Amino acid sequence: MTPVTIVQGRAYPLGRKNVDTDVIIPAQYLKTISRFGLGRGAFETVRAEPGNVFDDPAYAGAPIILAGDNFGCGSSREHAAWALNDMGVTAVVAPSFSDIFSGNAFKNGIVTVVLAEDAVERLIEVAKAGEPITIDLESLTVTTPFQDRFAFSIDAFRRHCLMNGLDEVGLTLARDVEISGFERQMAVDRPWLGAATG
Amino acid sequence: MTEPRTLYDKIWNAHVVERRDDGTCLIYIDRHLVHEVTSPQAFEGLRAAGRRVRRPDLTLAVPDHNLPTTPRRDALGNRIPIADSESAQQLAALAENAPAAGIRYIDAVAAEQGIVHVVGPEQGFTLPGTTLVCGDSHTAAHGALGALAFGIGTSEVEHVLATQTLLLKQSKTMEIRVDGALGFGVSPKDVILAIIGRIGAAGGTGYVVEYTGSTIRAMSVEGRLTVSNMAIEHGARSGLIAPDETTYAYLKGRPMAPKGADWDKALAWWRTLPTDAGARYDRVVTLDAGDIAPSLTWGTSPEDVVAITGSVPDPMSFADPAKQQAAAKSLDYMGLTPGTRMQDVSVEHIFIGSCTNSRIEDLRAAAAVARGRHVAAGIRQALVVPGSGLVKRQAETEGLDRIFIEAGFEWREPGCSMCLAMNPDKVPPGERCASTSNRNFVGRQGPGARTHLVSPAMAAAAAVTGRLTDVRDLVA
Ligand code: SF4
Repeated sequence: MTPVTIVQGRAYPLGRKNVDTDVIIPAQYLKTISRFGLGRGAFETVRAEPGNVFDDPAYAGAPIILAGDNFGCGSSREHAAWALNDMGVTAVVAPSFSDIFSGNAFKNGIVTVVLAEDAVERLIEVAKAGEPITIDLESLTVTTPFQDRFAFSIDAFRRHCLMNGLDEVGLTLARDVEISGFERQMAVDRPWLGAATG
Repeated sequence: MTEPRTLYDKIWNAHVVERRDDGTCLIYIDRHLVHEVTSPQAFEGLRAAGRRVRRPDLTLAVPDHNLPTTPRRDALGNRIPIADSESAQQLAALAENAPAAGIRYIDAVAAEQGIVHVVGPEQGFTLPGTTLVCGDSHTAAHGALGALAFGIGTSEVEHVLATQTLLLKQSKTMEIRVDGALGFGVSPKDVILAIIGRIGAAGGTGYVVEYTGSTIRAMSVEGRLTVSNMAIEHGARSGLIAPDETTYAYLKGRPMAPKGADWDKALAWWRTLPTDAGARYDRVVTLDAGDIAPSLTWGTSPEDVVAITGSVPDPMSFADPAKQQAAAKSLDYMGLTPGTRMQDVSVEHIFIGSCTNSRIEDLRAAAAVARGRHVAAGIRQALVVPGSGLVKRQAETEGLDRIFIEAGFEWREPGCSMCLAMNPDKVPPGERCASTSNRNFVGRQGPGARTHLVSPAMAAAAAVTGRLTDVRDLVA
C-alpha cells in the first residue's frame, strides 16, 4: 500500500448524513471480481441529481469528501472503499462513520477523520470557497488556508500502518508462533471446534 | 469471586490470541462463511502474495447472492447456464477458489445450498460461544445462537483466510431487553423493527448488543435469527442472544454440530456462557412487548418504522432538522404523502424470503395467511423464496408450496433473490414492494424500487389484498 502522511487538496462538500454503501456504490457494480474500475459507478444516485458536487468541475479529482453523520452505514461491501480509491479519494471527514466502513477504508489506505459537526460545517464552507484542506497524520490536524486548525485522533496502530503503507496480513502472519500456540490450546479446551466441515 | 461478566466478555476473552498495549487484540476466528460476492478479490490477494488458507476446515463456502431463483437444471438434469456474465463469473470464481483451497463448497444444485446465514445455523456450523465471520453485514444473525458474529469486508476475508484471526478492539455493550408476551399477529420481525424505530439506524454504532428478556427467551431459534439478523440496521456490528435449552435442542444432531463426548463437553461449556447476574452493560434499553404492533417501514432507512394502523408521517413532525430533510427526501422517493394511512397504500410486488425471513417458520406464517386466498389482481409478482434447499424440501413435505402456488405465488429456488438487486429478481423503478428482507435503502431492490419492510404474515396479507394490510384483520 502507498504510505499516506498528508492528504491535501479540494474537498467534495457532500455534507449529507447516513450516506450508505448503496449510495457510495450501488449493488449492480458489485459483480466484479477485481478491485479496480469501480469509480464509474460511485455515487450514481447522487450524480443523477442536477448540480451535484461530484459532477461540479470545481471539485473534479478532489482527494477528500466532507460528509455528515454515519458515513458508510449499510452493507459491509469493501467495494465502497475500492470505489473511493478508484475515484482518487484518500480521506473522508465526518462526525461519525460506520465501524465496518472505517475498517474497510483503513485497509485500503483511506483515512477516516472524525471531527465535530461544527468543524465539518466549517470545512464545507472552506471547500465551497474553492480552497484546499490539509489533513496531516503526523500532527493529527486538519487545517485550512484561513488558519482553521482542528485536532483529531486516530487509532495508533492504524496511523502507523497508514503512514508506513503496511499490509495487515503480513503483519499478522509474523505472529504465527502465537496463533499456533492458541490453536494447540483450543484443541485441548474446546476440541469440538476443529474440522468443522467434516 | 470473579467480576460478573457479560456473554460478550466471556466469548471475547476465550478468543484473545494476543493483546496489544493500545487495547487492540488479535482475535481467533472459529468459523468463517464465504460467499461469491466478497471473496474473489480475497482469494486473488492470497494468490498474488503466495499465501495459503490456514484453516480450510473452519471455513464453509456457499453461493447465494447472484444465483437466479429459477430452476437450476433442465428436464434432462443438465445445469442451466447463468445468463448474466458477471454473475456467472463470480459464481465460477467461488466454485473454483473454494475447492482449490480445500474449503468445503456447497454447490448451487446441492440440497444444502442456501443463503449463508440460513445454511450456517441449519448445518450446525454456527455454534454458541464461537467467533464467526462472513463478508456480509447480516452475519450478526448467527448471534441468535450465542455466537459472536459479525460482517467483515474483503480485506478482512483475506486476513481471516490467511491467518484465521482478526485485529479488533473490544466494543461497548448494550442490553436491549424486551419483556412480555407478543400480541396476536405480532412476530419477531415486528420486534426488531420496533427496536430499530426506537434507537435509530445509528443507535447501536460501536456497541455489541445483547437481546434479553422474556420475549426473546420465548422465541424459537428461527425467530431469534430474525431479530439478530437486523442488528446492523440499528448500527450494531453484532447482536447476541444467550444460548439456552431452545438453542441446544435446535443444534443437537445437525450435520456439523459436535457429536457424542464432544457434544457433552461443548454443552457443559456453553452453559457457562450466559451473562452473569449483576454484570454491567454500557447502555440498557427496554421495550414492552405489549406495546409492539405489526409494523412496517415508510421510508428509506430501517429506522422509519410505523405501526400498520398508523399513517405516513409529516417530515416536519421530526425534531431534528436533518431528519426532517431526510424524511422529505424519503417520501419523495417512496411516492408517499404525509397523512396517508399505511393501509391505503397499494403494492405491486411481494417478496417473502431473505436471510431475515426465509426459514420454515416464516413460510408457515405466510402460508397460514395465504391458505384459501388468492393474490390480488394488482400484484405483478409475488415471490416465495426459501432460505435453503432443506427449508424448501421441508416446506414441500408440509404442503406449503401447494398453498402458495394455488394462491398465485411463485415458488422459487433458494437464494438472496429480491433482497438486493444482484440477480434477476428485481423490483422495477417506481414500483412498490412489501418485502420480508432487512433493507429499505434507495435502490436496494432495484433502481427506483420502493421497499416496505414487513413480517412474512404481513407480506402475505399485502399479497392477497393488494395493499399494505393489518394481518390481524385477515386472520382474526
Ligand atoms: S438475503 Fe439479503 S441481506 Fe441476506 S445475505 Fe442475502 S443479500 Fe444479504
